[in-house]
Amino acid sequence: MRSTTFTGSRRVRTNHSVVEVLWPPLVFGLGFLALWELAVKVFDFQPYFLPPPSAIWDQFKENPQLIWNATKVSGLNALIGLLVGTALGIAISFLLGRFRLVNELMTPLAIALNAVPIFVLVAVFNNMFSITSEVPRRLMVTLVVYFIVLVNVTRGLREVGPTQLELMRSYAASEVAILRKVRVPNAVPYLFTALKIAAPAAVITAFVSEYFGGSQNGLGSRIVASIAISKNATAWAYVLGACLLGLTFYLITVALERVTTPGGVAARRRAGA
Amino acid sequence: MTAAAVEVKRLTKTFNAGRPDAVDALVDIDLTIRPGEFVSLIGPSGCGKSTQLRLIANLLEPTTGEVLVNGKPARQARLDQDYGMAFQQAGLFEWRSVVKNVELPLELKGWNKEKRHGRALEMLELVKLPEFAEHLPWQLSGGMQQRVAIARALAAHPPLLLMDEPFGALDEMTREHMQAELLRICGETGTTVVFVTHSIPEAVYLSTRVVVMSPRPGRIKTLVDVNLGSTRTVDTREDPAFFRKVTEVREALRGMQVTDLDEAGLEP
Repeated sequence: MRSTTFTGSRRVRTNHSVVEVLWPPLVFGLGFLALWELAVKVFDFQPYFLPPPSAIWDQFKENPQLIWNATKVSGLNALIGLLVGTALGIAISFLLGRFRLVNELMTPLAIALNAVPIFVLVAVFNNMFSITSEVPRRLMVTLVVYFIVLVNVTRGLREVGPTQLELMRSYAASEVAILRKVRVPNAVPYLFTALKIAAPAAVITAFVSEYFGGSQNGLGSRIVASIAISKNATAWAYVLGACLLGLTFYLITVALERVTTPGGVAARRRAGA
Repeated sequence: MTAAAVEVKRLTKTFNAGRPDAVDALVDIDLTIRPGEFVSLIGPSGCGKSTQLRLIANLLEPTTGEVLVNGKPARQARLDQDYGMAFQQAGLFEWRSVVKNVELPLELKGWNKEKRHGRALEMLELVKLPEFAEHLPWQLSGGMQQRVAIARALAAHPPLLLMDEPFGALDEMTREHMQAELLRICGETGTTVVFVTHSIPEAVYLSTRVVVMSPRPGRIKTLVDVNLGSTRTVDTREDPAFFRKVTEVREALRGMQVTDLDEAGLEP
């Protein structure tokens, strides 16, 4: 039957084997590292300029406990900020969708807030709390995540197909029913788009917040400290830790998306609906 | 005496009424549709045929005049889900499986899970897509999606089906197939249909009556009775009587400004 083979061929495209998906980035990544190693040898770069990947890896292996401890601190800050920022972003976008007045009050504020060179705020927050407090950093992450989630989820709740809205009206559906059965499911892919941007951004924000003083316990402050005493390879080992942390956050988001949305965003795009 | 399926009385619709950019979309519309009729609205763009359909569906409020559906005011008919509706875009909810899409109107009526699932499967049988119940909409072709939309519109067994160019986005062959399917389904269920279209052959093939409308302001120009019998097959499309009706509708449309017809992209 024409139609079954037609859907069948689409299925095949979505189910690449793991090997098929992984080999191009793996080959590229290993090639890049090999080139880097080679470049350091050939051009005889000094360690303070650019350490070779092998030296960074040695440092990484030698200090697993230190790197792990620092990763836990930054990771926890990023995670808390991510969760609170997401919850806040979702809550406010629901209010924006429901009440025109809230929308008019909040939108300029949200835009103004986003226009502030945001890391400047860490210094302000640092003054508000005790010097060893992690709260300023978490607040920073919350703010960054909040804005990304707010913008995307608000769009998801609003940008429902006109045909779908007319249909719901023809079913005499209440606003609550439209929200539950159309707007919220419509907004789910938008939420995950936001989270895929916000998760790595949360990690980056957590590091950079550490540059502005406070406890010297996270990955960001370890990187700064290592550079200050010319331990470049160590600094890079912390950067590697930071990179892994950001990747972990991203992958968890992608996994969550797979579990919650049937067919995922890709399916939605293909539907063109 | 049974109530008319649709009764439109002295209906006018003015958009932006009282403002300098006011537009008379419909003027003096009177139309009575009997139960079991298949009525097409045809005319160039701007003639208000979609507007008229939305007034019957109570998706718009009339400026003056009255719309009765099943003898009730249109608003009450909408609240009672007395009609099903299908649009040019299938408008399926892409996060719901095909069968869950068909269940949606029943869900909103408060039917329990078992009952609405059973009915939805029945409807998918009717449109000949039972094996696609658990598929997601994007896995279906355009014509199949449109069949799901029709199944959904008829799920609650409404006496009236309102369709706004439902086959407008389909290719010619799929379109003719869908027209035959629609006639079969409506024959089996006894549903009254109001059908908006741009295509003259489509209107003639499907309808018992064709309402020819003219633009600016939108009004009914002529009613063409199509007596091609209740069983229409592929042969109907080659019947001289069919061509005579096509010509009659085309003649009725001809009196209008050519520019209007161009805009409408009337076929063929």
